[in-house]
Amino acid sequence: MNNEQLNDRNVSDGYFLVDIEDYPTDGWGKFKRVIKRTFRGELFVGLWVVLREMIRFDTHTIKYPEEKMPIGPRYRAVHEMKRLWESDAERCIGCGLCEKICISNCIRIDTRLDENSRKEVSEYTINLGRCIFCGYCAEVCPELAITHGGEYENASDQREHFVDYAGMLTPLDKMKAGTQVEFEGFGAITPHEDERVKKTPLAY
Amino acid sequence: MSKITINIDGKEVETQEGEYILNAARANDIFIPAICYLTRCSPTLACRICLVEADGKQVYACNAKSKDGMEITTSTENIEKERRAIMEVYDVNHPLQCGVCDQSGECELQNYTLEMGVDSQSYAVKDVDRSDIDWGHLHYNPGLCIVCERCVTACKDMIGDNSLKTVPRGADALEAEYKENMPKDAYAMWNKLNKSLIGLTSGEEMLDCTSCGECAAVCPVGALVDTHYIYKTNAWECKQIPATCGHCSAGCQISYDVKHTSIENTEDKIYRVMNEWNYVSLCGAGRYGFDYENRVESKDKDAFAKAIEAFKKADTIEFTSTITNEEAFILQSLKEKLGVKLVNSEAKAFQTFLNNYSEISGTRLYGNDLEATHDANFVISVGTALKSDNPNARYALNNSMKVNKGAGLYFHPVKDPIIEGLGKSIMTVYHAPLQEEAALYLVLDLFGDKEKLPSDVTDYLASFHSEKTITVTETIKEEVVEIVKVMKKNEETGEEEEVEEEKKKMVPKKIEKEVVVDDNKLLEILGADDNFMEDLDKNLKKKDSFALMAGPDLYTHPNSKNLARLLGLIEKYSDIKITMIPTLTNSLGVALICDLDDTKGSYSVGYNTKADFTLSALGDGDLDMPAINQQEGTLTSVNKRVNPTNAALSYKGYTLNDIANELGLKAVNTIDYTALLPVASGFKAQDFDSLPNHYDNDGTEHRGYLLDNVKVKASSDESVEKFSDAKMQGTLIYMANPVRQFTEFTYKTTNLDEVSGIYMSEEFLSKSDLNEGDSVRVKSENGELVVNIVSDNKISGDVALLPTFDSKINSEALFSSYRFATASIEKV
Repeated sequence: MNNEQLNDRNVSDGYFLVDIEDYPTDGWGKFKRVIKRTFRGELFVGLWVVLREMIRFDTHTIKYPEEKMPIGPRYRAVHEMKRLWESDAERCIGCGLCEKICISNCIRIDTRLDENSRKEVSEYTINLGRCIFCGYCAEVCPELAITHGGEYENASDQREHFVDYAGMLTPLDKMKAGTQVEFEGFGAITPHEDERVKKTPLAY
Repeated sequence: MSKITINIDGKEVETQEGEYILNAARANDIFIPAICYLTRCSPTLACRICLVEADGKQVYACNAKSKDGMEITTSTENIEKERRAIMEVYDVNHPLQCGVCDQSGECELQNYTLEMGVDSQSYAVKDVDRSDIDWGHLHYNPGLCIVCERCVTACKDMIGDNSLKTVPRGADALEAEYKENMPKDAYAMWNKLNKSLIGLTSGEEMLDCTSCGECAAVCPVGALVDTHYIYKTNAWECKQIPATCGHCSAGCQISYDVKHTSIENTEDKIYRVMNEWNYVSLCGAGRYGFDYENRVESKDKDAFAKAIEAFKKADTIEFTSTITNEEAFILQSLKEKLGVKLVNSEAKAFQTFLNNYSEISGTRLYGNDLEATHDANFVISVGTALKSDNPNARYALNNSMKVNKGAGLYFHPVKDPIIEGLGKSIMTVYHAPLQEEAALYLVLDLFGDKEKLPSDVTDYLASFHSEKTITVTETIKEEVVEIVKVMKKNEETGEEEEVEEEKKKMVPKKIEKEVVVDDNKLLEILGADDNFMEDLDKNLKKKDSFALMAGPDLYTHPNSKNLARLLGLIEKYSDIKITMIPTLTNSLGVALICDLDDTKGSYSVGYNTKADFTLSALGDGDLDMPAINQQEGTLTSVNKRVNPTNAALSYKGYTLNDIANELGLKAVNTIDYTALLPVASGFKAQDFDSLPNHYDNDGTEHRGYLLDNVKVKASSDESVEKFSDAKMQGTLIYMANPVRQFTEFTYKTTNLDEVSGIYMSEEFLSKSDLNEGDSVRVKSENGELVVNIVSDNKISGDVALLPTFDSKINSEALFSSYRFATASIEKV
């Protein structure tokens, strides 16, 4: 067993300060900063581009947020948790493979033994501030439970905006209406999957 | 045993004559798949997957012994076929629930299924109902069980509880065609597997054993799981912190599995304790008693200032031995710096005992250790409630009996059904308290070299012997001549005629005979069985390595000096090698490092013990200290090894080192003192960070370092005192804890749920008018206390046990210093 990590007694958790010039604190310094920022040439460059495009009236820009582009079915945006079609129960069994495979370490899962002696996911979070939307979690999921969704509007006043388990689960009314959409991207069942499966003999 | 060379897969391998092929291969990094074999136990032969070819013949590597020049092939076409079939069989009806299984990620079934490349299934049998069973602290899922019987083997060969066995499965017979078509060994293994499951030997619903959890640890699949661990986390999420168990002096290697508490709480938490079960076996306290940490939010500056003040004011530091060597060294340095007294009665007693012992033996420490006791084949235990004082010592006794075909001799006043249950070859002598000297004299008498022993000792021993005449009934075979009439053909006449013939016959006959035998009065004094000597003779056959374990009863005995000297004589003048079980976790380390005083002064600072100012890792003192699972440092074990332990959990408060620095010592970390531990006592000047903490594949222990057994000047006076026949009259009480409890630290943990009180055997309770749960007043000449009665089926006889793990029950107040006392027990 290697004890190297235990022998490092630097407790600062590996964080370090980035070398950034300090903001001016005295009056003269602040004044210089204002002048420098105010009369910078870039402002007029930007203004000219806007003016030029405005006069042309030949724009390809989609007028977001009034107009939105359709999203491809395999697009990897904010995650969703799917439910079983048969019972509306959660598909997630709490195996923790997504937590393990996540390369940006943003998934955490708490499990426990529930009243019916089954494994229950008591809480599940994805730290979207860290998530790079690589899709590994959806790919590794053995139950097709965690998938990506089409919700890309996740601007927030806080980067590490968590999504919690309840928020990710398909709403029950959507299940009732039968409108849960299966994800077609990473982790989805490929066509002709049945032909590739080796069957196990059963004695009964 | 001699060194031999065998050849495994073209590689020359050196090993011992008679070593199992599997162990020889493992020691040399050659992989032979094996599921059911446990290194220190006897081969089970359940899985049959370790098939190899030795000199052209297929054998099981786990039970085939190596012979010089053996040619071994670990894999042939046929063996590969067998192995693949065996793994397919193991996968038959095994639920595909790896996603929720607690063993997933460290499952041997997963590993070997992939190793053998099982990607399809050729076999099938109708499944039976295999629902989950709750056994209390363990959870058995027969559905996942592959009946490798590792749990049964560990419980029998290592632990000695014999609590598990195989029970019938009640399944349909296998289809007849498999017998012809399947590989031979795979079919035989399946045929057995399909008939059995694991059940409790007692036949009860709940497991009632010494709750060590070793069976769950050795389980290769998720069939046996610790109840507290079910669905808490996945194996791969936890970080393993190599450590040393801080509960008793065995110093077992453990690893704490640590992960953040939950999504909300990112502070680390210990989820479970794991061990290298091939080389070290834990007890229940080690395995389940892990959450005794002292959580502190921040550094309490006020309390710290008060502590410094208290230290400046104090003339005594009182402490217990549940501290690391480094802390003991800090205390010793403080003594030298501040001129305070160091008081630790239990370590002092042990220290004095060791010193008295070395006067005769000429070595600072006892000669043997528990590792060597495992390999002995005749083990004696004196003066210790083995199963609770040091569970690993019990495992050593049991293991030596089961695997080395050994025998054991157990001297103790408290009747112990657990020890009796170890097997047929354990002999128990339940002597009266204070008669430990007689026990040691008996050992000297039986095993000592009479020619070399000091003459007054031999004379004294001889004085117990007398000759007596007894009548024995013997069965002898006598020759009887009978005359029988038989019909015979007369060769001359050719006619049949009756002929009388003499026939000799051996007839068993019982005769009574008077014989002169040796009568040993020591046996009578100790209360040994009448047929003790016969049993002993039987048990001593083919025994060549002897070990003795001496325990804490001796250190506090009123005549402990004499006992220590007797042990010295035994070590010197017999083949018996001695191990002394230190009273608490680090009593040995403290005894070697600290210069201890007998009496305390007027103002004392206590460390983990109540005093005028108390430093406590239990969280109930004036200033908090880190518990052993929050500290790094070294602990000295019964095996005379200085074991490193790492901090599993963070600690935000002050440590003893901070206090010492404030008082004028200088060290950045506590472990800076590791290299300074006294070399004169046998320690080595090694930095903490250079201390290893692991086992090799062949079981070689690389943990810290072994203490040097420093030579000291032996005294020429080898005289020992005669023992007195002082007896204790009345109801006896004994200061001992139940199994799984050692100190307040074990009592603090959530999974160890022993109820505190006065422990009485069922036999004791049925003879008296007391019942379980009654509140009683226990009164001895030293003091009295009121406690509740707890019925304990792990003891029998009529000695009541008072524990020390609960600070609310001040058991020490009833005892002078010896662990036995007489007391009156009355209902209140």
